[in-house]
Amino acid sequence: MDTFGLTVVEWSRAQFALTAMYHWIFVPLTLGTSFIVAIMMTIYVKTGKEIWKNITKFWMTLFGINFAIGVATGIILEFEFGTNWSNYSWFVGDIFGAPLAIEGIMAFFMESTFIEILFFGWGRVSKKFHLLSAWLVAIGSNLSALWILVANAWMQNPVGTVFNPDTARNEMTNFWDVLFSPTAVNKFLHTISSAYVLSAIFVIGVSAWFLLKNRRIVFAKKSMLIGAVFGLISAFYMFATGDESARRVFNDQPMKFAAMEGLYDGEKNAPLVVIGLMKKVPTPENPKMNEFAFKIEIPNMLSYMAALDPNAFVPGVRDLVHGSEEHGIVSYYERIRMGKLAIKALSDYKLAKEIASEHEAQKHLSVFNQNYKYFGYGYYNDPHHLIPNVPLVFYSFHIMVGLGTHFLILFIVVLFFLFKRDIVKARWLNYVSLLTIPLAYIASQAGWMVAEFGRQPWVVQDLMPTLSAVSNIESKSVIVTFVMFAIVFTVLLIAEIKIMLSQIVKESKVEED
Amino acid sequence: MFENLSYTTLQEYWWIIVSLLGAILVFMLFVQGGQTLIYSFGKDKISRKIIVNALGRKWDLTFTTLVTFGGAAFASFPLFYATSFGGAYWVWMLILFAFIIQAVSYEYRTKPNNFLGEKTYMAFLFINGLLGTVLLGTAVATFFTGSEFSINNMNSSFWQSPYRGLELAFNFTSYYTYVNLSLGLAVFFLSRVLASLYFMNSVSNKDIIVKCRKLLIDNAIPFLIFFLFFIVNILIKDGFAYNSVGGEVSLVKYKYFHNLIEMPVVGLMFVIGVVLVLWGIINSFIKDDDAASKGIWFTGGGTILTVFALFLISGLNNTCFYPSTFDLQSSLNIRNASSSEYTLVAMSYVSLLVPFVIAYIWYEWSSLNKEKITAEEMENDHHAY
Repeated sequence: MDTFGLTVVEWSRAQFALTAMYHWIFVPLTLGTSFIVAIMMTIYVKTGKEIWKNITKFWMTLFGINFAIGVATGIILEFEFGTNWSNYSWFVGDIFGAPLAIEGIMAFFMESTFIEILFFGWGRVSKKFHLLSAWLVAIGSNLSALWILVANAWMQNPVGTVFNPDTARNEMTNFWDVLFSPTAVNKFLHTISSAYVLSAIFVIGVSAWFLLKNRRIVFAKKSMLIGAVFGLISAFYMFATGDESARRVFNDQPMKFAAMEGLYDGEKNAPLVVIGLMKKVPTPENPKMNEFAFKIEIPNMLSYMAALDPNAFVPGVRDLVHGSEEHGIVSYYERIRMGKLAIKALSDYKLAKEIASEHEAQKHLSVFNQNYKYFGYGYYNDPHHLIPNVPLVFYSFHIMVGLGTHFLILFIVVLFFLFKRDIVKARWLNYVSLLTIPLAYIASQAGWMVAEFGRQPWVVQDLMPTLSAVSNIESKSVIVTFVMFAIVFTVLLIAEIKIMLSQIVKESKVEED
Repeated sequence: MFENLSYTTLQEYWWIIVSLLGAILVFMLFVQGGQTLIYSFGKDKISRKIIVNALGRKWDLTFTTLVTFGGAAFASFPLFYATSFGGAYWVWMLILFAFIIQAVSYEYRTKPNNFLGEKTYMAFLFINGLLGTVLLGTAVATFFTGSEFSINNMNSSFWQSPYRGLELAFNFTSYYTYVNLSLGLAVFFLSRVLASLYFMNSVSNKDIIVKCRKLLIDNAIPFLIFFLFFIVNILIKDGFAYNSVGGEVSLVKYKYFHNLIEMPVVGLMFVIGVVLVLWGIINSFIKDDDAASKGIWFTGGGTILTVFALFLISGLNNTCFYPSTFDLQSSLNIRNASSSEYTLVAMSYVSLLVPFVIAYIWYEWSSLNKEKITAEEMENDHHAY
């Protein structure tokens, strides 16, 4: 059903994107500041110095404000799998539900229990137990990220599972394959390290504002030191895991990889586009493929990045659509044909089962198994509908990488000035640090967009297209909830920012010890 | 260890886990009940602050229990998750909305420059308390009264009413709407009873304790009326049974009553639970403050036992826990709605963590509640809400 020109699938996607992107504004800061607060509290407990207690309490206050809204935006995501993606919930619930349940039992309880001690334990529990609680909050937060990212990684690279034609769903065959798939491991490490980088920039940026105001100098410099060291280590890790993630995408999601680089025609010794500007030349058959108006490239680099071999062939969008015998690429046309065979065979199998014709059922099952690999493609007729939005994915990827490089340099420069120069006098650096806070959020959202828009049109890569995952619901209901969440989350975001700013200003007015 | 259990035993095991989570959730709804009582303590700012802070130290445990209940239902009975959440869209969305606005309210309520003002956040807490309890109770009542949906041979579900679940609470031409609402209202008043008992346990303030005694009885009476109405109705109604061999669903007279009798442990649990709930209420009302402060453990424990038993009779003993009144054969039970055997085994190992989780929650609870909340503390606490 179309409403305002969009289908229920598009409204459901819009709602999920809205809620996920709002949630992802707050979660990275929680993941990183939880550790930063734990580190600060450790120093306080070790040294007994009052300034570290004040530092801990201040960052803990900001952490609490951010944590609350992260919780608020998070609950809707879990239940949206059921409310808006009920066909998906059944199709993959056997695999996807398990990490969510484990997240609740293992991570959320740890987080919510010990956060109470963290906030209210001053003077009520021993210092050591209080400190342990701080670390357990950080571990709990990050464990929750682990499980949801394992679930997400499975959607990008479905492993450890088999399709059961009788129940018409995927069923888990190996829990460890799901948990330790290279996609899951990389996704987790890359995501949390990027979250740590964002948190470090937040700490550095806010501290820089104190320095610009010439307030709380010692307080700010100590906070900055923790932020910069934590950020620098995390940034190295972020680049290492990002590099490995790219190779995983190249292997498991070559279309996403081609979109990330705006590569339409594959080649050996493929160059890496460092900076590129796409011009809008829509063609009827390729509405999402905009050619470059301008680009700067590094020769051979893309081949090396993808396969650790400068001579490696990297397929482009057109190679994947039209196929290549030379490179062993099955065309999307062929995949669609096989997918349709699989869908029909499954339907025939179910009918044969209903009339208890076992022989017929086995015949159809055999056809189904031969073609199941491309099951999801059968929902489409035109291969061009299987191409993600290339400019969106390309720009998101390059913004993420470009800003990531800026963050790494910033951490090094801040540390240099902290140790070798007077950072209070380096006002330009403090301005840069402050202005980098919004850039960290942009990079973080861009990373999410690469992962999720790049996967389209799949909700589970190659097996389940987004259009078949949606609930059987009217689009007008989804429009109402979309508007409702858009208003509520925007209002809460404004409230959060205003409260944060007030707390920062309030702290800046405290006289230094 | 769990690999040696049969698939049917694993399904029962997971229904027990989900039921236990549901029962603990109903107990933890005292937070919601307390939020609807904030205005009952008059306009005295310090009394309100004490009440809000007593609840504020527990709100995220309730929240987490709800999320874990959802996650466990998704993992162990995904067809139920897909059918109920995708079908009764508006009921679940309203419940979620109520919990979204709660999550920020404690933290933001008294913070300077909080954009919406303290009164708005207080209103959010009240809305959460009201909608959260009534709608959750109403939704659970449909485990006994049924909903209108069908499921095709690919296990896609189709909700029949355009009101997307709201008809379960607002279609007043159906008798079962009243039954559904009676459980919703019973949960609402029970949560207020539990909240009164919780305040008596965790707050040191004479005025608040006196007020709580009155609130206890004011809410216990309507709770008992609605609860009795619901219980009598489900015990005398036809239940949704399935054939353990072929899976065919049929209506069976007094099914839920028979379930209590045929599963004597569950029946006993139900009776003990009800007695404990009543004992906690009466004891706290008539005895001195020291004895009254223990009432939460009797009524709370009784709540868990009673709700646990209700969940068990809705899903065990060949009973469909999510019945369809539109197409009887589409009704969901622990056999046709569950995850695969492998997933249930894997999840069962994870369930071994539950005792540890309960242990550290207990430790946290006793550490923070060792000393009761006082007015002086509220004035000096750095993080007071």
